[in-house]
Amino acid sequence: MKKNPLSFQLDLNPDDFLPASEEEKESLVVMRESVSFWKDGMRRLRKNKVAMVSLIVILVIMVFAFIVPSFYPYSYEQQIKGSNNLAPMQYSAQELARIDAGEKVFPHIFGTDKMGRDYAIRVMMGARISLLVGLIASAIILVIGSIYGSIAAFAGGWVDIIMMRIVDIIYTVPDVLLIVLLSFALEDPLAKLASIHGFGWVSKVGTNLICIFIVFALLYWVGMARMVRSQVLMLKENEYVTAARALGAKSGRIIKKHLLTNCIGTLIVTTTLQIPSSIFTESFLSFLGLGVAVPMPSLGSLASSAINGINTYPYLLFIPAVVISLIILSFNLLGDGLRDAFDPKLKN
Amino acid sequence: MAKYIFKRICLAIVTIWAVATLTFFLMNLVPGGPFMSEKAVSPEAMAALEAKYGLDKPLGEQYLTYMKDALHGDFGQSLRQRGRSVSSIIFSKFPVSAKVGGMAVVVALVLGVPLGCLAAFNRGKVWDHIISVIATCGIAVPSFVICTFLMYTFGVKLKWLPTLGLTGPANYIMPVVALAFYPMAYIMRLMRSSMLDVLGQDYMRTAKAKGVSQSKSIFKHALRNAILPVITYLGPMMAYTLSGSFIVEKIFTIPGLGGQFVSSITNRDYTVIMGTTIFLATFMVIMMVVVDILYKIVDPRIKLK
Repeated sequence: MKKNPLSFQLDLNPDDFLPASEEEKESLVVMRESVSFWKDGMRRLRKNKVAMVSLIVILVIMVFAFIVPSFYPYSYEQQIKGSNNLAPMQYSAQELARIDAGEKVFPHIFGTDKMGRDYAIRVMMGARISLLVGLIASAIILVIGSIYGSIAAFAGGWVDIIMMRIVDIIYTVPDVLLIVLLSFALEDPLAKLASIHGFGWVSKVGTNLICIFIVFALLYWVGMARMVRSQVLMLKENEYVTAARALGAKSGRIIKKHLLTNCIGTLIVTTTLQIPSSIFTESFLSFLGLGVAVPMPSLGSLASSAINGINTYPYLLFIPAVVISLIILSFNLLGDGLRDAFDPKLKN
Repeated sequence: MAKYIFKRICLAIVTIWAVATLTFFLMNLVPGGPFMSEKAVSPEAMAALEAKYGLDKPLGEQYLTYMKDALHGDFGQSLRQRGRSVSSIIFSKFPVSAKVGGMAVVVALVLGVPLGCLAAFNRGKVWDHIISVIATCGIAVPSFVICTFLMYTFGVKLKWLPTLGLTGPANYIMPVVALAFYPMAYIMRLMRSSMLDVLGQDYMRTAKAKGVSQSKSIFKHALRNAILPVITYLGPMMAYTLSGSFIVEKIFTIPGLGGQFVSSITNRDYTVIMGTTIFLATFMVIMMVVVDILYKIVDPRIKLK
């Protein structure tokens, strides 16, 4: 057959259709493992020294807050007679006598407060409360905010308009005022609820703590909802959403399987940065006396009760203050690191 | 523009109404009513008290009366401070808070903007690092920690500054610094990132190529564009200053509205709590609206929806 000199037609012969040899196949073998989203992010995070240091700090604080108290020789509400207002590492007269008698007495590393309670364990328990509040509140915010935001964005139209108007109103509500007001007003009804059979857990958790969670659930999800909405608005135009719908996927499945999984980076970052701000708010409330109930300590209430003795016992104030600043600082820095690692677009 | 302002004001009114309504019903949720905590009161005296404050009427009617009075600036009488109306308490205490808060806002802006610019101009150098450390710490440290730290160092140990009350100019230093610290740190961060963004823009290179002097290009081109995010932050900053005043005024015993609010919570002075909440909420929402409108006027590039 005569070939046009300008044609791109290839000259093929039967040899070209033989199965590939082993040698030829090798060029197609994937030498490097494919890097998943997580691995890629974690690799970038591991390179970030500041974020890794703050992660270690958070882990150390968590060990002290959740594990160490379970085998610590003192408990947070135990009042040791005669050991009031001890300075750090100081022993009371009775304890000195016991040491002379050959007994081993665990030192009060941070001293004791005016009721004779070991301060180190109280700070640890306070850190536990602060961390729990931060984690649980952020989880609540994550769930409500992401569901609300994705539904608004996915539904679109008037549903979106109404849902976002509600968000706008909640957004302009002065949150701190309402938090104070709500925790004040809900105190008694919750205490009543606790006395009903089957609701005993309410008093165990502490009514004020539940108030704080309710407040976070009512008010603080709006930022998350806005964030998720803007992401989903962008994502829902993608072809895979159309493809999923063509295959008959229900809206709920598309939101859950495709849209939310694709904004996981934003979700992680926003949640991590939400933790310090929840802790911040909790310590603010505890400081005003609207936080956790006595004798349960929180870092805010510890600092608050130490203020009156600032002249004589300044360390009672400085220890919780330093711990809370450290917690908030580390979460902030870790959040920044996570943002750089998982969601570089967000970095402005 | 007029349409936008109208819409924004409508939203603000709805917000204020929602807050006021919520406040009213939340306060009614507290069981026993405001006279429960008083010493044993005979049933007749109780009924007389309730009739005096209109508490014997149905809730709906109470709500309408309260809202009508509130619109006229009348929030009723204080339950703890006999013979004083809530509005007179608010108007005697608010100027004190406004003075301290206003000074804090000015300090935060005056320090935050130049320091943020300084960090941006010296990107990666010593100044940048120092400023970013200050900014990171400022955002992480709660205001009560700053307050107590200042009080301990300058009031108790060094005895340079008075710790209580608001009698002389020196009394203002610590509360204002404590209140201004967080917003200042935040503004520094905002200013740094937006300035870096602006410095990389084409028009900055054009200005330089035209031979515009350094100072003129910074003030005329860079600063005017970079300061816009700071303007959006003004609204939240007001809200922060207001809520921060609760703690600052409590610690430094300043006779302002924030301290009053906190003490009325501990005293369970219901009418003062309600009145102050509604007043502060209205104030905050108005400030937000003003800042929003200001922002649209300052930056004509923003599309008016």
